[in-house]
Amino acid sequence: MLKKITLAILVASLAAPAFADGEVNVYSSRKEQLIKPLFDKFTESTGIKVNLVTGKDDALLERLKLEGENTPADLLMTADAGRLHRAVEMGLTQPVESETLKKDIPATLRDPANQWFGLTSRARPIFYVKDKVKPEELSTYEALTDEKWKGRICVRSSDNIYNQSMLGSMIAVNGVEKTQAWAEGFVRNFARPPEGGDRDQIKAAAAGQCDIALSNTYYYGQMLTGEEAEDKAAAEKVAIFWPNQQDRGVHVNISGAAVTKVAKNKDNAVKLMEFLVSDESQKWYAEANQEYPVKAGVAASEMLKSWGEFKADSVNLSELGKNNAEAVKIMDKAGWK
Amino acid sequence: MEIKPLLWRAVLLGMALLTALPILAVFGYVFVPAPEVWQHLRDTVLTDYLLNTLWLVLGVGFGVLLLGLPAAWLNSMCSFPGQRLFEWALLLPLAMPAYIIAYTYTGMLDFSGPLQSLLREVTGWKYGDYYFPNVRSLGGAVTMLSLVLFPYVYLLARAAFLEQSICVLEVSRTLGANQWQSFFRVALPLARPAIITGLSLALMETLADFGTVQYFGVSTFTTGIFRTWFGLGDHAAASQLAALLMGFVFVLILLERWSRSRARYHHTSSKYSRIPKYRLTGSMAWLAVLVCALPLLLGFVIPVGQLLYWSVTVAKDGVDGDFINLVWHSLMLASLASLFALLLALILGYGKRLNNDPLTSLSVRVAAMGYAVPGTVIAIGVLIPFAWLDTQLNHLSKQWLGSSVGLLLSGTLFTLLFAYNVRFLAVSLQTVEAGLGKIKPTVDNAGRSLGLSAFGVLHKLHLPLMKGTLLTALLLVFVDVLKELPATLILRPFNFNTLAVRAYELASDERLADAGLPSLMIVAAGIIPVIILSRSIGKSRAGEK
Repeated sequence: MLKKITLAILVASLAAPAFADGEVNVYSSRKEQLIKPLFDKFTESTGIKVNLVTGKDDALLERLKLEGENTPADLLMTADAGRLHRAVEMGLTQPVESETLKKDIPATLRDPANQWFGLTSRARPIFYVKDKVKPEELSTYEALTDEKWKGRICVRSSDNIYNQSMLGSMIAVNGVEKTQAWAEGFVRNFARPPEGGDRDQIKAAAAGQCDIALSNTYYYGQMLTGEEAEDKAAAEKVAIFWPNQQDRGVHVNISGAAVTKVAKNKDNAVKLMEFLVSDESQKWYAEANQEYPVKAGVAASEMLKSWGEFKADSVNLSELGKNNAEAVKIMDKAGWK
Repeated sequence: MEIKPLLWRAVLLGMALLTALPILAVFGYVFVPAPEVWQHLRDTVLTDYLLNTLWLVLGVGFGVLLLGLPAAWLNSMCSFPGQRLFEWALLLPLAMPAYIIAYTYTGMLDFSGPLQSLLREVTGWKYGDYYFPNVRSLGGAVTMLSLVLFPYVYLLARAAFLEQSICVLEVSRTLGANQWQSFFRVALPLARPAIITGLSLALMETLADFGTVQYFGVSTFTTGIFRTWFGLGDHAAASQLAALLMGFVFVLILLERWSRSRARYHHTSSKYSRIPKYRLTGSMAWLAVLVCALPLLLGFVIPVGQLLYWSVTVAKDGVDGDFINLVWHSLMLASLASLFALLLALILGYGKRLNNDPLTSLSVRVAAMGYAVPGTVIAIGVLIPFAWLDTQLNHLSKQWLGSSVGLLLSGTLFTLLFAYNVRFLAVSLQTVEAGLGKIKPTVDNAGRSLGLSAFGVLHKLHLPLMKGTLLTALLLVFVDVLKELPATLILRPFNFNTLAVRAYELASDERLADAGLPSLMIVAAGIIPVIILSRSIGKSRAGEK
């Protein structure tokens, strides 16, 4: 009996996913809870079914590459521009001509050759403890190597893609050597060996372990709006400082998408991307996850507005991907764990 | 007579190769030179990887023995308050995934967590005024892994103690040994293969662990492989690192084999009687309670308490249809994978018993290497040959049928089940081998001389003799698959999530509290098999009904 059931399930599992007209298949490194609600709305309004596999960026790229021309995936979504660039370099994507996407997404937040498109944006500013640091003391990322910050900075591990991308953007403006020197000075000022995620850096700062933390904006937003009282209390003790406003601007990154090279449902994939930059979707991102809309004219949430306007680094985000390996090497050499 | 052993060998070799294929596929890059990256690794992080991995393995090895062995002995030989409860409850930490126990303790003991905050509030201390051990450290990783992995040692050691004939112990006592001597000189050496098996399972799991060490920021070989493969984008250097890790495991295994040399561990007496449990009283009884209660509290009760608290206070989504789907997917995968693994383990284990030549032995060993390989590496290793096969099939179908058939293997449950087998075969194989090892070869000989075929001996004699062993193998893999994350994440089909995936997605989005409910369900689903496991072992002592 057991054998029969086993066999039945096996046979069922062997059946390949169907390629009906009304479908689009998505590989996503954005977490399910951050995109599924929008997919459901998309299906509701268009009748196109969205099939989803989530996972880690690089592993999904590897799967896409190995599956080659037979992959069922039509759309690749990631939470980082560097990875999208890598997908382009690996020859896994194709350009998309869409007036809507071009019109709605600023040029710095999409690929020059239209291979990928940013769908939401987030900044990585400096967070400071309000009663210990005056905002006048802060200026740029570069200035964080100053002696006065010794033992006062919290940041997460260099394994993390957000740090790798940040370094990648610095390499793009300052070059390898200067970035290396910066990383060494920055590491010397760490309050503790890197541990935990972005939220943990803010919590540690609030609890007194350090005075300055680096974190993505939406983590801070989620702490403020979330249901955990401790997180909220911690986030209220710190404030945002937008660095490098006099020169290139604060480091930003995107979550974005690219159509795969062999997409069998390309039209549906483009429709889905266009849906994701519609006013309604952009608003949802801002409200639900405290991310900045990429589309001009869509109002940010009240909370995002309260953090003020800022100048964002205008380096094209493809640079982050190009410099990724170099960034990892620099952090290794600097002893950034 | 001439053909059959050859056939056996071919089958064994084929199965072993198939299982080892993913690992070999990754190692395909080993011979691609990557001198620059190696220079970089040597100059910067390699020493860290080596030392951290070494300390982690030594620490967890010591930890699991310390937590598992005394508890196993006490529960086999003595009676004290609560012993009937501890007997099975000590297996419960097995249901707790290492990365989840790491989340819970970090939530509690972190600098900004409730305990330290309270401490600061009460005393008025600030950062730097007091010492508090940091959870997110090498020591923390050793503690977390020891707390959830010690049941392997406890489980196998206890089973071994229970299966020892009481006569052996009685003889040692009548020959003048006291309790301690008869433990150290007789019971412990006799249980050695089982203890080593438990220890090696725990250590291999440690080497493959990614979630815990990464969360704690401890750079080990495993995190290094990821960083080199993905961050530096160098597949050759990454697979060479993985090969080095494998070498490490291989040396460990060889050392153990060598130190065992020619000793064999069959039970020779068939006289069993019920062991009168030694009743502990007074302070000794309390000490025994402490020895058993501490690992149970730290490894299960406290973290489950934290998960419960999180689930009750913050979880937004209750148990809906979606959630029931997650549970069903997890259970289905775990059941199928454990059945496959058992079947394969039986064939390999028994085949090796029949043909104990070096080649068979080696190939069986190689097939079981996957347990020490991180799940992501295995997943990619599975994808490489499967995707290649898919491509070939599509070429053929285009030629013959004029249309492509899409992916037949990659992205199906079959691929996922195959990956589980590669990863967890060692668990069922080691258990089955240990079970077979306890059956004297004379049993086989007697069976054969009475006209049974080789298969008949397995079917009519071995299987009934090791019912308990088979169940153990089945349930251990079941629980392991339930907890498995990285391979599931990469290989699963569209719209197919499991509890572990859901817990990971929430936790990696730094929403620990929301991850509480799915985590709790993984633990809950793991508890039932763990309890069955414990009951079956309790009955396994010959002479006890």
